[in-house]
Amino acid sequence: MPDDRELLDTRSTEGMLANRIPMTAATDEAVLEMQSPALDEDGEPLKRKPFGFLFWFAIAFVAVVVLSAVLANVLPLQKPNFGNYNEISQAPNAAHWLGTDDLGRDLLSRLVYGARVSLIVGFVGVVIGLVFGGTAGLISGYRGGRLDVALNGVSFIILAFPAIVAVIAIVSFWGASLTHITIILGVATIPLMYRVIRASSLSFAQRDFVVAAKTMGATNSRIVLREILPNVIPVTVTFSLITVAGLIVIEGTLAFLGLSVPLPTPSWGNMINEGTANNLLSTDPWIMLWPALAMFLLLWSINLIGDRLRQRFDIREGVL
Amino acid sequence: MAKYLLRRFLQLVVVSFIISVLVFLLVHLLPGDPTTQILGANDTAANRAILLKQLGLNLPLWHQYTIWLNAAFHGNLGTSYLNHESVTHILATGAPVSIELIIISQVLAFAVAIPLALVASRKPNKPVDNISTTATFGLLALPPFVVAPILVAVFAVGLGWFPATGYTPINQNFAQNIHQMILPSIAITAGSIAVYFRLLRSDLITTLQQDFITMARSKGLSNRRIMWRHAFRPSSFSLLAAAGINIGSLIAGTFVVEALFAMPGIGYALVQAVEQRDYLVVQGISLVVAIAFVILQFIIDFIFTIVDPRVVRE
Repeated sequence: MPDDRELLDTRSTEGMLANRIPMTAATDEAVLEMQSPALDEDGEPLKRKPFGFLFWFAIAFVAVVVLSAVLANVLPLQKPNFGNYNEISQAPNAAHWLGTDDLGRDLLSRLVYGARVSLIVGFVGVVIGLVFGGTAGLISGYRGGRLDVALNGVSFIILAFPAIVAVIAIVSFWGASLTHITIILGVATIPLMYRVIRASSLSFAQRDFVVAAKTMGATNSRIVLREILPNVIPVTVTFSLITVAGLIVIEGTLAFLGLSVPLPTPSWGNMINEGTANNLLSTDPWIMLWPALAMFLLLWSINLIGDRLRQRFDIREGVL
Repeated sequence: MAKYLLRRFLQLVVVSFIISVLVFLLVHLLPGDPTTQILGANDTAANRAILLKQLGLNLPLWHQYTIWLNAAFHGNLGTSYLNHESVTHILATGAPVSIELIIISQVLAFAVAIPLALVASRKPNKPVDNISTTATFGLLALPPFVVAPILVAVFAVGLGWFPATGYTPINQNFAQNIHQMILPSIAITAGSIAVYFRLLRSDLITTLQQDFITMARSKGLSNRRIMWRHAFRPSSFSLLAAAGINIGSLIAGTFVVEALFAMPGIGYALVQAVEQRDYLVVQGISLVVAIAFVILQFIIDFIFTIVDPRVVRE
């Protein structure tokens, strides 16, 4: 298989060097080598790829979901919980673009309002994780010492607990509401954020530019904020996006099990759940289909944005 | 190696202890106590005091904890307030269902992910690789609660190939059991396939660039032998580790499909207990599932030290 061997071999120094030889000086061989792209460990070409159509599509989809969720009150939508018994279980039509459910509620309206739950839990949860776990990780990775050992041990113990069981147990005792679920999932995110950001902070703490800053007499807070933080941001952004998707999945799972925001408040998870009850899968599959589709597209978009940023920042998948 | 295992074992004990304390505190630190539930209309101060004494809830917390833990060690996690079934019995009947679901889904995931990754990594960024990478990336966005209803709508309600609900124990009717297990297992497989494929693919691409592969090729070994014996074997370790970490999300998956397909597994029991505020059942199941999860991680670590001695040094 000479072909793919050549492709794979471009990781060698020759392949890398060939890319730096100016075009004019290039021999035929060098040109050939330049054309076969150098690969990183993912098998992606090392040169910067454009983000591509899918990336912008994903951004646009997330933007549409966020905007419609924010502007839900202003948009010309029916009330999400208003049921018109003359219009039950309709297929998509001019009056109800996505149809109605078995109680005659407008599915588009419920979908838009339901997005709020997913987005709030996902993004606010990650912000909670970032503020506490991120700060702790940044400092702990830079300072090292006993604080680092202690925090690291605690995070190890917390992460040993299967999150979904812990969340269900707490929700069952504390009661399910948007605030509770957001707080619980936010707190569950803290050790995750801590570990990822600590690892990244640690890897920069010993680098020459940090040592140089120390030698010049920079204060610790200045080093953390001006030298380490900017370097940690790529990993943080990428990991945060993946975590947003993860939290949306957990909230959806809870909602599907009837353990999230109580009915009749719509959320995508409880809409899917409602759509599977009472034989509705055969009589009115739209109820389940729209939130399932929206959930798939939202998760896919967030994952794709995160993955493309990871490739751009050149972060190894293993780090996350 | 003994030292490493001892350290990991100590961690296991500490983590299990902390889990037991947390699970115990859950019931006691949060507002309300079970008396309200049990007494119902008879909820007077006098009745309440008697019941608290009967249940031992008037003792100091640490004392209650030791009683509870001692009983747990003797296999007694209490009984359900509602149907007076023992929590151990609920766990014993539910566990086979959940474990079978997880095993079948993992077998499916490996059966799809491993061959696909071996093919894709042979020619990175060629059509086969691009298609499988894109497709598995889509699978990442398909959590069980999205896939399962769609599978039911299409294959159970629409085509009628599989039952929409139900469970038959495997020792009663093997064929029927597997028939009922197929849809729920597929529903929780999607994410695993994506995780394993992505990991194995990037691992293999790195491995295939190493000198010993070139060496094997120049010795004239067949491609099949190179892929399986030389390339796949070192990557299979990280696959095992990923499988261990993945169990966490699989547990969530079994909860969803057990609820949807009405399968009497642990997740089904847990969700019902939560809905009925059956605290001891919630407490018992959380404790056992969490500790089983921790022990499983330990076992995987143990296997690791045998198959890949490099781990111990890290």
